[in-house]
Amino acid sequence: MNRYIIPSEEEIRFSLEKRHTKAVQDKLYNAKVAVCGLGGLGSNIAISLARTGIGSLHLIDFDRVDLSNLNRQQYKLNQINQPKPEALKNSILEFAPYCQIKTDFIKLNEENIPSLLSLDTYICEAFDRPEQKAMLTNTVLEKLPEKYLVGASGMIGYGSNHLMKTRKIMAHYYLCGDGLAEGDGLGLMAPRVMLCAAQQANTIIRLIMEKYEV
Amino acid sequence: MVYINGSSIDVAAITLKDYLLKNGYSISKIVVEINNKIISKANYENVILSSGDVVEIVSFVGGG
Repeated sequence: MNRYIIPSEEEIRFSLEKRHTKAVQDKLYNAKVAVCGLGGLGSNIAISLARTGIGSLHLIDFDRVDLSNLNRQQYKLNQINQPKPEALKNSILEFAPYCQIKTDFIKLNEENIPSLLSLDTYICEAFDRPEQKAMLTNTVLEKLPEKYLVGASGMIGYGSNHLMKTRKIMAHYYLCGDGLAEGDGLGLMAPRVMLCAAQQANTIIRLIMEKYEV
Repeated sequence: MVYINGSSIDVAAITLKDYLLKNGYSISKIVVEINNKIISKANYENVILSSGDVVEIVSFVGGG
């Protein structure tokens, strides 16, 4: 077992401020972001945001880590069968020990979304199934119109990088992905899922920095 | 003319629900906004598409 010293919160903040500037880091530090679904999209989004220095993350999934997830999701063999929110939280705390992480091992539905997401300003829709994507998007846009929602649709296979786009659908709703149900290759692969997740994470950061255009 | 996902379409008085079903949309996998307002699924059968409406239908595909 390697032993290491965990830096103080001030040391970590200073290290981020040196790169990103204090003005930027203050905004990121005060932001509250929910990630709904912790699969290939959500696990990558959460890790990107935590590395950037987002102050508060809310990780939500009802699923446990499975061997079939490891082709694209940020989990390890020793986390198989663990609830995803807890597994991801533990991984993030290894590099961002002062990130405030709330976990909910629960399935989101129309009834529980308004109360569960009430404290988060920015919401990532990172589900796998289209029905769940539509349910979360409809519910957030109808019942939590003051939130910012960043969703995803279409990232299969090894299609062209250039097909991956971010669109602003409504004032508070952005959608990333290629929108395609089929393309080059079958199934989801790590690079393209990460490409889409990175667009979602960067959109969240742009919104926090009050950049509202795509 | 109604503007749907960027294309102008000539539709006679038709409810949103009928338009969606006629055009092969799967109601459980979509989000619809008209003139920048989200339309509740319960209202699809009450909303009538009218001239000048700007409609965006997001049809989700799986993967995440």
